[in-house]
Amino acid sequence: MKWLIGHLWLIPFFPLVAAAVIAFMKKEKREAAPFFAIGAILVSFVLSCLLFLAFIGIQKTPYGHGLSVHLSHYLWFVTGTTPEIVSLILDPLTLTMLFVVTIVSSLVFIYSLGYMHEDPNIVRFFCFLSLFAASMLGLVISNHLLILFMCWELVGVSSYLLIGFWYEKPEAAAAAKKAFIVTRVGDIGFFIGLLLLYQKTGTLLLYGGSYPAIFSHETLDLLKINAVTLPLFGGVILTTILGVLLFFGAMGKSAQFPFHVWLPDAMEGPTPVSALIHAATMVAAGVFLVGRMFPLLEGSGAMPVIAWIGGITALFAATIAVAQFDIKRLLAYSTISQLGYMMMGLGLGGYVAGIFHLMTHAFFKALLFLGSGSVIHGCHGEQDMRHMGGLRKAMPVTFWTYLAGTLALAGIFPLSGFWSKDEILLEAYLHHRPLYWIGTSVAFLTAFYMFRQIFMVFFGSWRGHGQAHESPQTMLWPLRILAILAVFAGLIGTPFLFGNPFRHFLAPGHHAPDPSFFVMAVSTGVALFGIFVAYLLYGRKPLTGEDPLLSYLKGIFILLQRKYYMDELYQNTFVKGANGLARFFREVDELVIDGFLSRTGWATLVLSRFNQWCDNFFLNGGFDRACDGIKGSGGQLRRVQTGRAQDYLLIAAVGAVVLYFLSRIL
Amino acid sequence: MDFPILSLMHLFPLLAGLCYLFLPSDNKPLLRWGAFGITLIPFLFSFSLLKHFNSQNPGFQFVEKMPWIPAIRVEYFLGVDGLSLTMVFLTTLLVPLAVLASFSIEKNIKTYMFLFLLLETGTLGVFLALNFFHFFLFWEMGLIPMFFLIKIWGSEDRDAAAFKFFLYTLFGSVMMLLAFQVLFLATKTFDFTELVILSRSGLLKVSLLFWAKRVGLPFTPEVMTTIAFFLISVAFAIKVPIWPFHTWLPDAHTQAPTAGSMILAGLLLKMGVYGFLRISLPLFPDVVRTFAPFLAILALASILFGAFAAMAQTDLKRMIAYSSVNHMGYCMLGIFAVSASGGLEAKASALNGVLLQMFNHGITSAALFFMVGVLYDRAHTRDLSRFGGLRKIMPIFAGLMGISAFSSLGLPGLNGFVSEFLIFRGSFSLMTPLTLLATIGLLVTAIYLLSMLQLLFHGPLGEYASFSDVTGREIAVAAPLIFFMFFVGIHPSPLIELTNEAVVHLLKVFS
Amino acid sequence: MIPLSWYLTLAAVLFTIGLYGVLARKNAVIVLMGIEIMMNAANLNLIVFSRFLPQTRLSAQVFSLFGITIAAAEVAVGLALVIAIFKMMKTIEVEKIEQLKG
Repeated sequence: MKWLIGHLWLIPFFPLVAAAVIAFMKKEKREAAPFFAIGAILVSFVLSCLLFLAFIGIQKTPYGHGLSVHLSHYLWFVTGTTPEIVSLILDPLTLTMLFVVTIVSSLVFIYSLGYMHEDPNIVRFFCFLSLFAASMLGLVISNHLLILFMCWELVGVSSYLLIGFWYEKPEAAAAAKKAFIVTRVGDIGFFIGLLLLYQKTGTLLLYGGSYPAIFSHETLDLLKINAVTLPLFGGVILTTILGVLLFFGAMGKSAQFPFHVWLPDAMEGPTPVSALIHAATMVAAGVFLVGRMFPLLEGSGAMPVIAWIGGITALFAATIAVAQFDIKRLLAYSTISQLGYMMMGLGLGGYVAGIFHLMTHAFFKALLFLGSGSVIHGCHGEQDMRHMGGLRKAMPVTFWTYLAGTLALAGIFPLSGFWSKDEILLEAYLHHRPLYWIGTSVAFLTAFYMFRQIFMVFFGSWRGHGQAHESPQTMLWPLRILAILAVFAGLIGTPFLFGNPFRHFLAPGHHAPDPSFFVMAVSTGVALFGIFVAYLLYGRKPLTGEDPLLSYLKGIFILLQRKYYMDELYQNTFVKGANGLARFFREVDELVIDGFLSRTGWATLVLSRFNQWCDNFFLNGGFDRACDGIKGSGGQLRRVQTGRAQDYLLIAAVGAVVLYFLSRIL
Repeated sequence: MDFPILSLMHLFPLLAGLCYLFLPSDNKPLLRWGAFGITLIPFLFSFSLLKHFNSQNPGFQFVEKMPWIPAIRVEYFLGVDGLSLTMVFLTTLLVPLAVLASFSIEKNIKTYMFLFLLLETGTLGVFLALNFFHFFLFWEMGLIPMFFLIKIWGSEDRDAAAFKFFLYTLFGSVMMLLAFQVLFLATKTFDFTELVILSRSGLLKVSLLFWAKRVGLPFTPEVMTTIAFFLISVAFAIKVPIWPFHTWLPDAHTQAPTAGSMILAGLLLKMGVYGFLRISLPLFPDVVRTFAPFLAILALASILFGAFAAMAQTDLKRMIAYSSVNHMGYCMLGIFAVSASGGLEAKASALNGVLLQMFNHGITSAALFFMVGVLYDRAHTRDLSRFGGLRKIMPIFAGLMGISAFSSLGLPGLNGFVSEFLIFRGSFSLMTPLTLLATIGLLVTAIYLLSMLQLLFHGPLGEYASFSDVTGREIAVAAPLIFFMFFVGIHPSPLIELTNEAVVHLLKVFS
Repeated sequence: MIPLSWYLTLAAVLFTIGLYGVLARKNAVIVLMGIEIMMNAANLNLIVFSRFLPQTRLSAQVFSLFGITIAAAEVAVGLALVIAIFKMMKTIEVEKIEQLKG
């Protein structure tokens, strides 16, 4: 088992091989492709379990704050005399992520077997899913920022491919492109952060072992002391600027305000993809990055930025979610909001709280998305909640599991969401009161919009077409398992059972803040109040026609429904600006540079014409006349040549006579 | 080395091409496979070259030197080092693929293939020659076949494009010739290695000064070297091309036949960068250093303007052509950043990145141009707005093109990323503000390439619903290129190993 | 004894008659005959000088013998040419034979 720690690469290796094998498969191999994909991810899951056991077994090789870290280094290449050492890491954070990713992936893979059963391109689907799983697993085990960035981009590509899976739909194709480009804007910041980090430290290794690394004390001290001078900002401490730059990447990936616009559109992809990538794992990669860089960020000026961006995103997205009718888009805004929550928790210094919420959120949000997929599947592709209703009877398993997920998300005691959300709110309560109140109001909104959804979808009477039906067992079993996780996973992180084992596992050195019953009571209270309001508006009498909220909020509701017009704003500024710039540079090429050239060419031509005229008139004029004279006399002389032998002879005879007389005279 | 491997590799296409001319011109399969077979031989030679090359030796290897025209001290002087080896390998790899890609040509096959063989000799000559006379001869030899390839086998506006290409490049060549005349008159040598030694010892300036005195030019040696540098560099700048000398490129690419574009983008552009590395940098380090900020701004302009201009194109091939301007801009940024003052390790990173980027861009742009050609063979149009939804009927093609496009936009795991990262990593600490601005290019590249993919492959099927997917031959052309995209992206160290020592050696001129 | 001038006058008259025939007549055969007459005038001169200048006796006679032989050959070739020309151009009028006109 110790051997396994030295061969961490095996974990992403199996899904990667599965992806490669499936890529070369024919479209008709509908049975074999899922078999490979699911088999590979299950192997990765088992390996993660074994790793956990191995890790627990040989704990106590302390690094830094009593943290246990295992590294394996590889030489990638050498430029000049600098070797580029890449490295893999096994630490509690990696293990947590490995568990989350492999469990959710396995369940989503199995679920997809049912959900995508009729899709003609199921082989390609599993290829992309496996590619995603491989790159996500690579992301969490990398100990080198460049490798992390590589996997970071690869999950982005998998996301691009999977959002655009139904590429015939123009919306899906556009959404895929938008997702990639918006996240890449953030990635540019990340990339610049890497460059700056490398310039200042000469390495991109996180934990070094015997090599120089970023998280060594010397490097961290260096980064904390030195500053760079920026225009407008003046001198900025390196950790702050680096933190902000790296956070740019996290903002793009985790759809934080103002980069959140891509995530709702990404719902154009198949629902299992939304569950796995755009709810549970990939979008959490931003949170993971902040968690991974925590030793650098801790105490830096970037932390308030992270906290505030997180808080604003949480509130902003939660308000939008209130006015959505598409079952998946609502969940997408809920995801953005919860990711903001995690960022807020991390930004306030709550490392454990943020990662804990990441984990529980992965379970219950995957559950909710898979549940919504089951609903969509049962309603023959309908996604508008106004055309659903009363599904409680038609889809009992989906209903109960969905309810479990909703309660967990709303933060009802003792489901998982309660514990993790409570830890974040506790951090906020202790360190930052304004953000605490923002967080609490988000808790209220979350409970409200989720129960609005529950009431619209599962209660009342059927408003759609055709007959809704329950989904097949391959889809229901993942729901059941995730429901169990959503209900109970929070218990590993409660202060009341075994003294919060999750915290001790993840951050042994950190002191735990004392639990506050005030915070728990308030959050439970606002959640229950949110449910109650939702019941008043949507539960008492079934939805008929317009949304009751519209009559109360009117314009504000429209504003929320249109997502604060952010898409329109971006369309009219950035997109149009970039296109305008593009056209401008094209014109510069065609008119200015080529214009200059053709003018030069034209001028040359004119000059040469003039020159030609001069030649003709002056030089050739005189020369030609002389030539004409020669030619004329030649013409005359030609006549002498009659061709008659007698004439020649006559001339010879006359010539002889003339010569005779000449000789006599001279 | 006794066995003249470089000469064989370099002259084989030309000599075999002369014999090739005697083949019957109506036997098309024989002509096609014959040309392909001929181009495979240098490829095998270059493998043996890679095998016997000593990457720890920064100097020239496999050197062949003998007098050629003693009267003007011209020598037949060939050699290969880390700077040129990857380019030689790239040449011998791309030419067979280009020939294979040209099997769809029906018009006048024999002449067409012969011109390609000529092109290969010319290109190899540029990368192998260590004597200016030799260099210039083959520099021009690369130009003429390309002119005819565009002019005879090009698309509708081929005459104007061929003419523009020819005039632009010839203008540069004339400048370069002039500069080398002056250098020869001053130093009495055409030999690159001797010129570098003269430059390093300062004698180059002295002899230029003497020459200027003798002919009565009132210039200081600094002015003389500056003039010489710019005259030579104009030729290279046009070839690269650096903004604002780039407008021949989109026209030539758009009109050239597919394989012509592959070679043009894959190899001929590299000759410009190679010229900077082999001649401009070692001969005039002081001048480059003085003007580096200015030149780097031009490189930045190539990156940004090229990317933006690509975004506004509706013609598929023009778009890829502008992306070449953009990608070569990274090379030039790296080169000029290296000329500025800064740490040696950062410079080594940037310069290794430049060399790797040359190789990578050769692979990727050749693949992209080939893909465009595949599409053009079927649709006879390059207008982006007329395609759509092709992924449904051409899934393999969509996959190949997708990989190539992602390689071009610098996706990690594929080749483009490694070299761009090395360039950025190096130049960031040498020229921070410019490098920061250059990162915008990375974003814009993603925008236009993804838009291209979207327009071609996504959405409902457009007017071309009856296309067949790629044939086995077309896959055979793309497969090696795709292989190298992955190989370099994941395991770049074999290539970096080849170049590293030469890079460190070259950087000594700046220390 | 007949004085030398008489012989020379006869030869000159013969030569002039021949020259006239060559220059003025149209028929190629007559032109040939004119040439023969001019040649015989020259032969006559040679013989006369061999009589009056003893030191040139032998060589002058040999010369004239050669001249006669060559004249015979010349007539043969000339007549053959005339026949060839007639075959080709259906005429032997020298006025019509002017292909060499410049």
